[in-house]
Amino acid sequence: MPFALTAEREKQVEALLTRYPNARAALIPVLWVCQRQHGWISPAVRDWVAQRLDLSTATVTGVVTFYTMFFDKPVGEHVIWVCRTLSCDLRGGKAIQEHLEQRLGCHAGGTSTDGKFTLMKAECLAACGQAPMVQIDDDYHENLTLEGLDQILDSVGAAPAEEA
Amino acid sequence: MVADYEPILSSRYGVPDAHRLAVAERNGAYATAKKALLTMRPDAIKEEVKKASLRGRGGAGFPAGIKWGFLNPKEGDDIYLVINGDESEPGTFKDRTLLNLDPHRLIEGALITCWAIGAHKAYIYIRGELAHSIAILDAALDEARAKGYVGARPFGKNYPIEIFSHPGAGAYICGEETALLNSLEGRRGEPRLKPPFPAIKGAFGMPTIVNNVETISAVPDIIRMGGETWCNLSRLAPRDGGVRLYGISGHVKKPGVYEAPVGITLRELIDDYGGGMLHDDRPLKAVIPGGSSTPVLRPDRMVEAEAEDHPLHEWHGKSEIDVPMGVDTFRALGTMLGTCCAIVMDSSVNMVDAARNLMRFYRHESCGQCTPCREGSGWLQNTLEEVCEGRGRPEDVALLVDIANNMMGNTICAFAEGTAMPMLGMIQQFHQEFVDAAAAGLPEGYRHDDSTRAGLAGDPADAVADGASTDDTSTDEVTA
Ligand SMILES: Cc1cc2nc3c(=O)[nH]c(=O)nc-3n(C[C@H](O)[C@H](O)[C@H](O)COP(=O)(O)O)c2cc1C
Ligand code: SF4
Ligand code: FES
Repeated sequence: MPFALTAEREKQVEALLTRYPNARAALIPVLWVCQRQHGWISPAVRDWVAQRLDLSTATVTGVVTFYTMFFDKPVGEHVIWVCRTLSCDLRGGKAIQEHLEQRLGCHAGGTSTDGKFTLMKAECLAACGQAPMVQIDDDYHENLTLEGLDQILDSVGAAPAEEA
Repeated sequence: MVADYEPILSSRYGVPDAHRLAVAERNGAYATAKKALLTMRPDAIKEEVKKASLRGRGGAGFPAGIKWGFLNPKEGDDIYLVINGDESEPGTFKDRTLLNLDPHRLIEGALITCWAIGAHKAYIYIRGELAHSIAILDAALDEARAKGYVGARPFGKNYPIEIFSHPGAGAYICGEETALLNSLEGRRGEPRLKPPFPAIKGAFGMPTIVNNVETISAVPDIIRMGGETWCNLSRLAPRDGGVRLYGISGHVKKPGVYEAPVGITLRELIDDYGGGMLHDDRPLKAVIPGGSSTPVLRPDRMVEAEAEDHPLHEWHGKSEIDVPMGVDTFRALGTMLGTCCAIVMDSSVNMVDAARNLMRFYRHESCGQCTPCREGSGWLQNTLEEVCEGRGRPEDVALLVDIANNMMGNTICAFAEGTAMPMLGMIQQFHQEFVDAAAAGLPEGYRHDDSTRAGLAGDPADAVADGASTDDTSTDEVTA
């Protein structure tokens, strides 16, 4: 299926193109606009972006694969990033990850069987003073306790943990 | 001292809705930019910034006024200002407070800087994870544009200035200034060989000044107060001027971002600002002073600076954490001030495990262009994994030192040194701990989050007994 942006998002792309002296510089912001609509950067998205910015698909792919936030495979409805760098780990980052794995029934790097959540390990997310923390989609959740994390998961629709 | 300090850089943090232009303006925003653009010559502004001894807040501490002086544009060149808001050095979380709580200070600083350096366009590069910060900044830019402060005639002056945000997409290396420029241009975030330096050939092949978010945010106060007055707020004036944001994370009671004069000590940061150690029965073991790339310090190690002409002579015989935090003082101490965001570790932490955590980070983030960096960061991590899992060999400690030494010097960017230096520092400061782990792995049942893990479940009474502290009193030096 060929990809196309909604009219509203196409307007965003037009505005982005006016910011830079050349079209290529808009590549990363344009990829963001596409991923926000489509959820991931599929081959069809790459082709569309390449054509829109007059680049080769190989150029677009080279950029997509460099940056960890661009997904080159489909992901769950929500993506949970758990920070495991030092400041977070000193304050329980590992326990947060273990709790998430248990509750979602998947390991970091995987997606829950209901397809709702993809769990990823993150490197320092610039919230070290509010450790431990996770990012769910665009939102930071900081100063976590396990109870607090459970409430957040409830609010985004995670199934209750199965009894071990 | 903490109580009666009047914040300057963060003066609007406590003002509700200071991210809205009208609120910021009622609290002082844009008055200085207006004055600077309408009444000051660019050279006069540059002179004040030089007098301020504003050392770059992104990690390297280069004086901003001197950097601006490197511009030497040819006829027809466009000059760019690129503001570094990548903030991905582990332990660092200060620029985000400026972006979220007071974006108009950054915009005002960008306007003054553009006028001073002859730029008509500024890009503010922000790491992609900070989607909300980007939205806040974009809204602030829209307001400033609507008011006419940003755009064709800022404050009525015939000197167009456009300012845009630009998102990253997840890559630590994009904080390195030339990688950031590649990323801005829509390329893979791989650092470029220097020279040419950005001031000569930067964004889109044009002369470019790259400065950190906090550096640019300090400019309005410098112009408002005068460079010398601002400089003298520092305890380390005149070489390292002004006030700055300090971050503190890890095992303290009140982690966070605090403003203070340049030159407070780590002990003050931990005790007076950070509220002291998290657990009264777990003393301070080590502190990484300014982001993960800066070599670790320990409170029980004393400064050796007997010679009268030693830059640290005044602190000879005192603890490393009693030296004022400055760019030059910390370099003399064998570490770096970096981003001025400290990671505090108590006696429950095993340094080999902490090293493994950081080397996982560096391995993951190396861009892979240079063999010593790509291979070296992988070997460091693999060796530490083996050692931590009890599969180490006695010679692994020397091997770690060897690998780290071989990473330095021959690479395109400073990432490799930023990996090797903290590795060497940890081994030097906690040698015996590495020897013990190479012989027998980490202590049985050890987890470095033990001191908070039980507390996480909401019942601190269950806190696991501290069985992990290896008190390293050895003063063995690393021989390499
Ligand atoms: C690996 C690496 C990562 C860096 N990350 C950042 C960063 O996230 N933010 C930043 O401002 N500077 C970072 N820097 C420093 C920049 O290269 C550059 O020196 C700085 O943005 C200049 O601004 P300043 O002079 O105002 O500090 C990094 C440098 C290296 C080598
Ligand atoms: S030193 Fe490392 S991060 Fe820097 S360019 Fe070389 S491989 Fe990339
Ligand atoms: S270490 Fe987790 S946000 Fe910095």
